[in-house]
Amino acid sequence: MYSEKVMDHFMNPRNVGEIEGADGVGEVGNAKCGDIMKIYLKIENDIIKDAKFKTFGCGAAVATSSMATELVVGKTVEEALKITNQAVAEALDGLPPVKMHCSNLAEEAIRAAIEDYLRKNGRLEAECECGTCGRRCDDIHHEIDDED
Amino acid sequence: MDSKIIYFDHAATTPVKPEVLEEMMPYFTRKFGNASSIYSIGRESKKAVEEAREKVAKTLGALTREIFFTGSGSEADNWAIKGVAYSNREKGNHIITTAIEHHAVLHTCQYLESDGFEVTYLPVDENGLVSSEQVRNAIKSNTILISIMFANNEIGTIQPIAEIGKIAKERNIYFHTDAVQAIGSIPINVNELNVDLLSLSSHKFYGPKGVGALYIRKGVKITNFLHGGAQERGRRASTENVAGIVGLGKAIELATQNLEQYNNKLVALRDRTIEEITKKIPFIKLNGDRYKRLPGNVNFSFEFIEGESLLLMLDMKGIAASSGSACTSGSLDPSHVLLAIGLPHEIAHGSLRITFGDENTQEDVDYLLEVLPLIVERLREMSPLYEKVKRGN
Repeated sequence: MYSEKVMDHFMNPRNVGEIEGADGVGEVGNAKCGDIMKIYLKIENDIIKDAKFKTFGCGAAVATSSMATELVVGKTVEEALKITNQAVAEALDGLPPVKMHCSNLAEEAIRAAIEDYLRKNGRLEAECECGTCGRRCDDIHHEIDDED
Repeated sequence: MDSKIIYFDHAATTPVKPEVLEEMMPYFTRKFGNASSIYSIGRESKKAVEEAREKVAKTLGALTREIFFTGSGSEADNWAIKGVAYSNREKGNHIITTAIEHHAVLHTCQYLESDGFEVTYLPVDENGLVSSEQVRNAIKSNTILISIMFANNEIGTIQPIAEIGKIAKERNIYFHTDAVQAIGSIPINVNELNVDLLSLSSHKFYGPKGVGALYIRKGVKITNFLHGGAQERGRRASTENVAGIVGLGKAIELATQNLEQYNNKLVALRDRTIEEITKKIPFIKLNGDRYKRLPGNVNFSFEFIEGESLLLMLDMKGIAASSGSACTSGSLDPSHVLLAIGLPHEIAHGSLRITFGDENTQEDVDYLLEVLPLIVERLREMSPLYEKVKRGN
């Protein structure tokens, strides 16, 4: 059900880890829903120099985290904010429909990390505006059972 | 089966045994007659169906005429519950079941609730057990049916069916059990257990898919399920799946013959797996009762990791297993069974079910025990939840 590219990014995820003294850190999702994505960014002069991630989640969550970190490196903060969940999914040659919410998570994690960076630099209001902190499991609910 | 794959998902389905397939084969080609036809090849098919019925009856200690073939275990569950409910509506509208039933039972009960029936879903304890006392206390004057699974498909817990059957008999309430996971592992006699209806499915005990059976005790008031021809004495119309039924008959016969030997083998694989995983991997929980469980069932939760990731990594190592994680079901909620035994969502997401079967060996377990700790560690290293634990906050 996963594309070869998804499986490649799942089995050989790029950029797993943390960045000491990261300029922006974003964590979205929650354990109750079964996925948490944490992205660390190193940013110089508004250009993303490095990105790392840690993810608790399914194959698609790991693969989208990996792809998202690849997509943002080298981009300006402004460009990175324009990366959509669709772009992450397309870069992975698509995701199964029930897994599209994992790509939302990647988009949200990038945004949260960048907002953290902007906030630290006094360029964003202090309170959370990412809209992802209160993300709930039933944002998307699919009634499909695979039973035995 | 591909020899490179180690199959640890026998609760999902099992391969058809060669002896079973061999008995089925003539009924696809040479002996293709419709069992309702009067000429010789029709009679031949009819005879094969009736022989299979006798084999099922013998296994359950039932009468031949109390066995009805169906298209699946789910169909048998649907028929038992809806059939008894609608046929006994004038007596009452209350059904007792448990929170950990298979969806074939749970969703059928929910459907009946939408049609005016009242259903009590008994909670289970932390091991997934329901007590006969709970059942006794739930009985009301309008209770018409108790439906409780024999053994759970996810965590393997075996329910006190004999005790519940005794209560049902005393109170004169029909008792149905979904024995889909139990047949082939637990000896069952419907009279000793006071079971009135029992569902089974061929592909769980090395028979073909697409065929099951419902035992209906003589005298039980139940509506007919499929209307049409006179097959299954008019109660379940449809041209018989002769080859499938023959396969079911052969498979149940073999399963009964080898029961003790088969169970001993599975228990050895199960117990070693449980003991070794417990020793080798920290932050885990065994789901289901340690002893009152199916011989081939192992179910663990691994904290800080998610089940689908675990299954994908095992698959890359050639191991086929299963999980109660939301991500493997297409739903965002983890297994209702794991939630019912009190697991928090985040731990239920990290579950792994291993169900052993005939072709598994101790060498397969060696391999599992070699790769599983590495996979769990690898996923934990990637997990932001584990990072917090390691840092101690």
